[in-house]
Parts: sequence; structure tokens; C-alpha cells
Amino acid sequence: MTIQTVKEANATVLTITGRMDAVTAPEYEKTLNELLAAGETSFVVDFQGLEYISSAGLRALLATAKLLKTKNGQIRLANVLGTVREVFDISGFGSIFQIQDSVSAALADIG
Amino acid sequence: MSTDIIRCAATLENLSQAIEFVEEVADRFELAIKKKFGLLIAVEEAFVNVCHYAYPDAEGEVSIACTTEGTELVIEIADAGAPFDVLSLPDPDTTSDLMDRQIGGLGVHFIRTLTDQVSYRRANGQNILKMVFLQTGEPPQ
Repeated sequence: MTIQTVKEANATVLTITGRMDAVTAPEYEKTLNELLAAGETSFVVDFQGLEYISSAGLRALLATAKLLKTKNGQIRLANVLGTVREVFDISGFGSIFQIQDSVSAALADIG
Repeated sequence: MSTDIIRCAATLENLSQAIEFVEEVADRFELAIKKKFGLLIAVEEAFVNVCHYAYPDAEGEVSIACTTEGTELVIEIADAGAPFDVLSLPDPDTTSDLMDRQIGGLGVHFIRTLTDQVSYRRANGQNILKMVFLQTGEPPQ
């Protein structure tokens, strides 16, 4: 898994590529926690290049989203597609995250 | 009928090796792509459970036996830890909102949802989780 971070005007965009599994998910949590500690509170996570996600990946997403909420931050997911989308659907995660069709739509939604 | 077995230390470092092994069997079996995705998640969840809980105070082994017979791919994941049936755990509430969502419990939910059949047994001092996947899709030409 690789994480690319780009700071846009109103949010930080994280582009995730590869696999989010029990081995790699902690990296996502660590990256987000570091950005939070640095004062960032608005995030768009782009899943266009995400090939695979297991419960460990979902747990990392949930833990960071909860933490973000306590800091009045916000997070949007973009490009949740194919088999990754199915994992979101069977876990009910599709309804607890705000999901947009593209990064630009997610950025616009944050405003 | 043919069986392939991998046996390794129950640590997360071996996860990718285990997944690659199972994926190779699934490819040879020509398991439908969608099914394979579910299979790999279910195997990861079961493998990770063993890594986290089977040997709390020691190191131990996990084995994955993949048997193909007819239209079935049978995966048996075994550990020699204390008796524990992962299927006894309740499913998480998948409808609660963000702040009420529990962090755990999703792994076993995926195991239940993504398999065609799943069962637990205790035999020869081992916990054995048996997961069956039916080969859907067209037969090979």
C-alpha cells in the first residue's frame, strides 16, 4: 500500500494505492494521526487505486473517523468502487461514511 | 481431489505469503473472480484471528489446507491454541452510525458472509475452521 498526500485549498487529499489489510492498515492510521497532530482537520481519501480492503482496513478508517469527529474535523471518501464497494456494502460502512464519486466532488462537498 | 497445505508461524509477517498461497490454489481451481475476492478476505480474517488470539503467551503455528473436489474449494484453517470457536461471536450491528459503531467484530461477519458454508470443529487438539467456496462461473474449456 502507498499513500500519497496532497494539500488542497480546503482539505488534505490522501490517495491510497494497493492493499489495505491487517499488515498495511496501521500505516493509514499513523499517517492520518500525524496529519491530525499537525493541525489538519479536513480530509478526502481517494480509493481509486485501492485493490483490496479487509476488516482491518475498515477498522483503521473507523478509528480515525471517530477521532476526527471528536476534533470537529471532516472526512469524505471518493471513488469507492468495485469489490471495495461491496465490502463497504456488506459491512454497512457505505452508510456511515460520506462517499462522493470523485475527488473534486468530495472537495466541493467539504466547501 | 487434491490438497495443498501451507504451515507457518502464526504471525502477521506471514499473512502475504499465506494469501499468495491460497490465491494460487484459487487460480488453478479457476474460482470466479468475485468469489476469489471474498475468499481472500475470509482467509485473511481467519488467519489474522489466529495470529491475534490463538497463542496469547507463546508462539504457535497455523496451517491452511486447501482441498478442491468437484465444484468445491474447501479451506481449513487450523491452530493448536485453546479451544475457541470464532463463529460463537455475535455479528456486529452494521446499521449503527459512526460514533456508535464498534471497532471489532467485522472479521467474523466477513467470514460468515463471504463463504458458501462455514463450520468450526475441535479435533486432535486443534481448532479447525472449515470454509467452503463453490466454483461459480463457466467450467474450463
